[in-house]
Amino acid sequence: MLIESLPQLFEGLKITLGLTILSLLLGSVLGILMAVGRVYGKKPLVFFIYIYEKTLRGIPLLVIFFLIYFGLSQIGINFDPFTAAVLGLGLRSTAYQAQIYRSAINSIPTGQMIAARSMGMSKLKAIRYIILPQVLRLSIPGWSNELTIVLKDTSIAFSIGVIDLMRQGRYIYSVNHELVLQVLLIIALIYFALVFSINKGLNYLEKKYKMTGFEIEIER
Amino acid sequence: MNMLKVENIHKIYGKTKVLAGVSFTMEKGETKVIIGPSGTGKSTLLRCINQLSPPDKGRVWLEGIEVTDKKTDINLIRQKIGFVFQEFNLFNHLTAVKNVSIALEKVKKMEKEEAHKEAMNELKRVGLKDQADQYPSQLSGGQKQRVGIARALAMNPVIILFDEPTSALDPELIGDVLEVMKSLAGEISMLVVTHEMGFARNVADEIIFMEHGVIAECGNPDKMFKNPEKKRTKEFLGKISSLYGEE
Repeated sequence: MLIESLPQLFEGLKITLGLTILSLLLGSVLGILMAVGRVYGKKPLVFFIYIYEKTLRGIPLLVIFFLIYFGLSQIGINFDPFTAAVLGLGLRSTAYQAQIYRSAINSIPTGQMIAARSMGMSKLKAIRYIILPQVLRLSIPGWSNELTIVLKDTSIAFSIGVIDLMRQGRYIYSVNHELVLQVLLIIALIYFALVFSINKGLNYLEKKYKMTGFEIEIER
Repeated sequence: MNMLKVENIHKIYGKTKVLAGVSFTMEKGETKVIIGPSGTGKSTLLRCINQLSPPDKGRVWLEGIEVTDKKTDINLIRQKIGFVFQEFNLFNHLTAVKNVSIALEKVKKMEKEEAHKEAMNELKRVGLKDQADQYPSQLSGGQKQRVGIARALAMNPVIILFDEPTSALDPELIGDVLEVMKSLAGEISMLVVTHEMGFARNVADEIIFMEHGVIAECGNPDKMFKNPEKKRTKEFLGKISSLYGEE
């Protein structure tokens, strides 16, 4: 019975991964834009981003989900559960990722920007070719942390009806009551294995793309 | 028409008047050295010229184009004004050759291979062909600064501004950088803020002595070192020369 339910869990896993990838992508793109806007932008923009970050980091994910899925539908804006979940996870991740990139930008010496501008690069070009390549390298550790949080938090999307790994599991044990513990353990194991292997992979990336001379090596 | 004309530059930071009316001109191929006690606005003057910090008052022209005019495309002008920094400011994530070629690619829109070739030529010129693939952190201070000079040269500027290019270097590394700068004298206009009196004496066409945000005295090295008009110039040169040596 347990073996037979595995393909069903696999279907759920695909949704979970889709959710993770799409919301991370959304969070990364918007997060980078917001970090750049907050550091280099003009006052009103900086203020807007500041408020955005504070707000989205201050609301529980479940509330964000319900607001987007049930709340917005009351004023005629309807999303299917999957889209609502991607938006919820992505917009929240944006707020956290913006922090990661912003602290990385701030850690880059101002001389880098000054040198780029002195050679005739526009501000945008300097950000694109000089600042961001360094920022992204420095952001890998923070980003991999965020990735695991998003991946695990996709499980909350089952609350608005996304048929992800968690919900597929629920389907299985709600008809086979004797399997509750086993199914949940399998689900936990799947999440764990994913997080573990992704972290391993990102560690490798971090080492591969580290800037020479920026490693911290102390012999003793 | 002067190649560079600086007219009545004023710059105020908060309540401190850093520059209080500086004017001078430069011709093609000239080397001018700016000396003076620290805090007299020498570096600020350089930054006013390429608008890294625009002056509060006064105007700058390069080859007849007014740099200080808000309508002038400053990114276009800056391609003609090389800048070499005291702290090098090499791009940490790029190899030496990439440091030199990046602006050729992204600003001058050169093909990648052409930019690379050009960058290699400039690295050869400063004696760093073998270090082309090393990252800034793998280079010595003197090598970093020579990459900085190659990076400025690659843009084919009409003038290079040097902001204390040897001040952050260990004494034994200064020589290499000064050698490179000497080799450029006459080929390209250089405006150099430095405490290297040997370089000022042997290479400069004119020495500008600045104090309290104005030019106190200027003239050719012979006059400045042997018969300065002002007592203060003599004092300062005497003090600096005994500190840094006269080569």
